Amino acid sequence: MKQTSATELGTGLFVVLGFAALFFMATQISSRGLTLRDDNYRLTATFDNIGGLKVGAPVSIGGVTIGRVESIEYDSKLYKAVAHLAIEARYDHIPNDSDLAIYTAGLLGGQYVGFTPGGAETYYKNGDRIEMTQSAVILENLISKFLFDKAGDGAKKTQGATP
Amino acid sequence: MNASNAMAGATPGEAIARLTDVAYTVGGRSIFDGLDISIERGKVTAIMGPSGTGKTTLLRLITGQIHASRGSVIVDGEDLSRLDREGMYRLRRRMGMLFQNGALLTDLDVYENVAFPVREHTDLPEELISRIVLMKLQSVGLRGAARLRPSELSGGMARRVALARAIVMDPKILIYDEPFAGLDPIAMGVVMRLIRETNDALGLTSIVVSHDVHEIGRLADFAYLLSGGKVIASGTPAELAANQAPVVRQFMGGEADGPVPFHYPAPDYATQLLGTGGNP
Amino acid sequence: MTVLSDLAENGRGQLEKWGRFTLFVGRLFAVSPRALARPRLIVEQVHNSGALSLVIIMLSGLFVGMVLGLQGYDLLRRFGSTESLGTAAALGLLRELGPVITALLFAGRAGTALTSEIGLMSATDQLSAMEMMAVDPIRRVCAPRFLGGVIAMPLLAAIFSMIGIFGAQLVGVTMMGVDSGQFWSQMRSAVELRDIVEGVVKSIAFGFACSAIAVYEGYHALPTAEGVGRATTRTVVTSSVAVLAIDYMLTAVLL
Repeated sequence: MKQTSATELGTGLFVVLGFAALFFMATQISSRGLTLRDDNYRLTATFDNIGGLKVGAPVSIGGVTIGRVESIEYDSKLYKAVAHLAIEARYDHIPNDSDLAIYTAGLLGGQYVGFTPGGAETYYKNGDRIEMTQSAVILENLISKFLFDKAGDGAKKTQGATP
Repeated sequence: MNASNAMAGATPGEAIARLTDVAYTVGGRSIFDGLDISIERGKVTAIMGPSGTGKTTLLRLITGQIHASRGSVIVDGEDLSRLDREGMYRLRRRMGMLFQNGALLTDLDVYENVAFPVREHTDLPEELISRIVLMKLQSVGLRGAARLRPSELSGGMARRVALARAIVMDPKILIYDEPFAGLDPIAMGVVMRLIRETNDALGLTSIVVSHDVHEIGRLADFAYLLSGGKVIASGTPAELAANQAPVVRQFMGGEADGPVPFHYPAPDYATQLLGTGGNP
Repeated sequence: MTVLSDLAENGRGQLEKWGRFTLFVGRLFAVSPRALARPRLIVEQVHNSGALSLVIIMLSGLFVGMVLGLQGYDLLRRFGSTESLGTAAALGLLRELGPVITALLFAGRAGTALTSEIGLMSATDQLSAMEMMAVDPIRRVCAPRFLGGVIAMPLLAAIFSMIGIFGAQLVGVTMMGVDSGQFWSQMRSAVELRDIVEGVVKSIAFGFACSAIAVYEGYHALPTAEGVGRATTRTVVTSSVAVLAIDYMLTAVLL
């Protein structure tokens, strides 16, 4: 009988430890925790260019993450990228004239979507479409624009110098 | 001590197990070819033969662990080749088998070993199981060893526990594989007495595989002598002892050389020693 | 000519082995519901495969975590982002190292024990004796051990990852001076439930593979001392290769 109770104690300890580890991982280590109930609301945003935005990227307002990019698709009628955002229900006071832009976190960081709050008294609600968006900044475009401008300046200067 | 008192409520002369024209081949090697054996109900039947004649294979055929390549094996009215796994298990509940070294389950103690078949096949309450187990242990004289582990038992004791386990479900047929191998004379006497008593008291049929001529001579009601995949002689032990055929005489008398040669087939000795025959 | 026929023979043998293994696993699954009806036997095996492997798993987890802490710190320092150490350690452990190293250790500790135990039972006629008592050894002996391993593996992997993360934080925060708040908060914001699910799915798959292989090798071991020894070696080799191959496939599917 002694043998049996030692077995039970050992097994019990092991199982409790195992589940405690699983629980700890699910609640303490992960960002989202165990959300059994989906109480997010959804917004749709169209962009000319989403750059390197990925599914799962954070949606933030004033630097606070309030949701995630749920899916990205291409609308072949509008010739635009469409991003579906899932916003946590408790952040339900986003003025509906807020505009949305794609930013890059740090020089090498991933891209995220950020709201700049507007001043309207009405708020975005489930299913709304956000029209005021600003596309991702494409580094190559930026550089080529910069070089082009420089070249233009240079040309003007040469022209001005010639009497 | 013989045939006269061995008929505990059974019809004399009736076969409980019958092998007809059985052949068994494994890996292209023929073990049996045209084997005919019939085991009479209520008796102790011995299967004898030199090592390597497939005595253990014969037991595996009778218990349905392997199937004959040809011929029929009928045990307690069931044709083994027609039974599926479930049918086979149903038949095996009417059989008990004693393995050479007892084959006790090493992670259970003696008591639990004997209780094992009861627990697996019935939902009897604990006190009833305990009564059955202690009764069977008492009958093999090991009630006091109930809480020992199999590793603490001597060879003879392990076999007695295995016997208690084999009879705990009250089988009709009890099969012994080399029950005397490696036992001291006292333990051998004990096992012999137990085989006889169990057979007569419980009215079952016993099949004993052995090559111990003397023990079989005192124990068995009937004996088959196997050699070369066939039955070469059968009869009561007395009849076998009186048999004049050279193979039978060699085996019964324990002579080193004879029809079963002392030397394994080899090239000529002189040629090989002188170096002209090449190394094997 | 003989080389060709040898190859053909070998291929045939391999095919037969795969077939035998598949059929065996099929029977394991078929008898598992009936084995589940006797939870006592399974609890015993969870104890044998799980609780008895606990110490080796915890120790290994701690050291792997500490190594991750050191290596990760050194690597991240070159990019000036040591505060990501928590993220790196947690993702590495949860998704890869935890399940894989646990499975490899499991194969070495619990798998070999299962194989040699069942192999010895077969060598000492215990399995045949069960057959003769009309008890299916696959149901009574193999299935509880298989199920016990399947249950134990994800729990062991979780414990391994847990301890590993604490090991990384021990080195990173306590010894290297990474900010504790940064370590945990970065980890928390980067690790998602998906990452944890990936690890758990993997360890369950490894549990199935390792336990099935160990039980199979034991059951089919030649019933001699040498045969059991060889089967034990095969368990470790086959399980390890299987774990790494399954790991690649699952990673490709789950990423």
